[in-house]
Amino acid sequence: MSTEIIEFIYLICIILFIAGLKRLSRPDTARSGNLLAALGMGLAIAVTLVYPVESSSNNYAWIAAGMALGSVIGLVVAKKVKMTAMPEMVSLFNGLGGACAMFISLVEFNNYPAGTSLLNGQIFAALFALFIGSVSFTGSLIAYGKLQGFLRDSLVIPFPKVVNLLLLLGFFGLSGWFLMQPGIDFSIVLILLAVSLVYGITFVTPIGGGDMPVVISLLNAFTGIGAAAAGLIYGNQVMIVGGILVGASGTILTVMMCNAMNRSLFNVIIGGFSSSGAASGDGREAVVKEATLSDTAILLKYSEKVIFVPGYGLALAQAQHACNELAKLLEAEGVEVKFAIHPVAGRMPGHMNVLLAEADVSYDNLLELEAANKEFPTTDVVVVIGANDVINPAANEDPSSPIFGMPILEVERARNVIVMKRSMSPGYAGIENQLFFGEKTKMLFGDAKKSLKNLVDEVPES
Amino acid sequence: MNEIVAFISENLTTMYILVLAVYLGMEVISKVPTVLHTPLMSGANAISGVVIVGAIILIRSAEPGDLFVLILGFLGVMLATINIVGGFAVTDRMMGMFKKKKKPEQA
Repeated sequence: MSTEIIEFIYLICIILFIAGLKRLSRPDTARSGNLLAALGMGLAIAVTLVYPVESSSNNYAWIAAGMALGSVIGLVVAKKVKMTAMPEMVSLFNGLGGACAMFISLVEFNNYPAGTSLLNGQIFAALFALFIGSVSFTGSLIAYGKLQGFLRDSLVIPFPKVVNLLLLLGFFGLSGWFLMQPGIDFSIVLILLAVSLVYGITFVTPIGGGDMPVVISLLNAFTGIGAAAAGLIYGNQVMIVGGILVGASGTILTVMMCNAMNRSLFNVIIGGFSSSGAASGDGREAVVKEATLSDTAILLKYSEKVIFVPGYGLALAQAQHACNELAKLLEAEGVEVKFAIHPVAGRMPGHMNVLLAEADVSYDNLLELEAANKEFPTTDVVVVIGANDVINPAANEDPSSPIFGMPILEVERARNVIVMKRSMSPGYAGIENQLFFGEKTKMLFGDAKKSLKNLVDEVPES
Repeated sequence: MNEIVAFISENLTTMYILVLAVYLGMEVISKVPTVLHTPLMSGANAISGVVIVGAIILIRSAEPGDLFVLILGFLGVMLATINIVGGFAVTDRMMGMFKKKKKPEQA
């Protein structure tokens, strides 16, 4: 096939990507959007396989082996992964894409003809792809580890800001020196690779687990930019445009997530939550009232309106199904049941919606932040399940609190608040929550799933 | 410096495309309800697997005995395929859950 026809088919692929992304952003067309984008990807791969290249040895066996192995692994993982583990899954997939960009640029340096000046766009693009791809790769792995729980937040890098700055300066300084050389010195490429890989680790490690969604989204954008940079090496339009589309949309998504938490991206990356600003009790008598199961069951059964506020604790306890069971039971008793979803509930914006959808919770019963805040004053009982920072009144009241200004679900406006929690430990942000000591609040301690199941048994008997 | 200027003039069209693609990417996404952020991130992530195109070109233009390129290319193709296949499959699985919900209400 001639190059022109293939370039034209690449254009069709790009149109499919754009249409796919557009449709992905509306609930009723999202699934078809995903299929369109997948179709575009299939087409792009297919024509690349017949793209005229100089060498006649196509090495198709290597490509077939890689694609076969990758497809099997990808399909199995996609089928097996639990919905609660979705953020870490995206993070892992994303890291692999970054690794691919990294490999491409390594080969590009290796193949670069000797005796040609290094000061040209191809080498710039390759350096960029090497850096971004590597950072995205190790950064995503760290994010994955943090979300999976085998990397703890207590793992500290001494003087992270200094270390990161030094690594960045080191990379750029060495890159500059590298470009001044008469030819490619592959050992410098390897040092640059090592610096980038280490930077990915030191960049993500100091950021708290609670901020991982933002980081994953950012790394997702990185991988897109890495793909575009790799595309610049070959002058390949579908890689350039596809990568940039992901880079731009990923950046926007990252900013939206930061807005939902009322923090700037800079603050997330550089600052992290400092525990020094944590709100201490302001002299009020801090007494926690504990609720019993039967109290809670009666309270719920004889309410007119109940709103559930699910948080990551619900996901951790795999309690979304038990929660829906309780909701159905209460509805059968004539109680109006709704779910209030904070934009950053779960570990990723929209993550909670996916979890509740998995548990068959009706789409209509989900309230977004503003709608929920309007309904709380007329609500009899709010049941908070494993959420903490998103309902912390300090965000409205205490300017010294690190989360001050973040929009929260104002559950304290409801008549009663039941908080299901494992213990009194503070939330991900490590901030004390005055809501738990409030007059209307009662705590139901224990595993969320167990408590919900017990309530399902208890309610009919009340 | 001259090489850079030459590169710019040769690739001016590419730069136009870059700028427009950035704008397009931001516009396409700007009105997404939070409900769809997770599936969207996962779908966009699958699209970033387009980097596979580079890995394929790289393997195809390699000498049959050049194991360094072939092995790195193979790894690139495999990892990017996981990214693509896994990403799209998992997004479809998520969307399937939303769809199940909407049907009975429409009927």
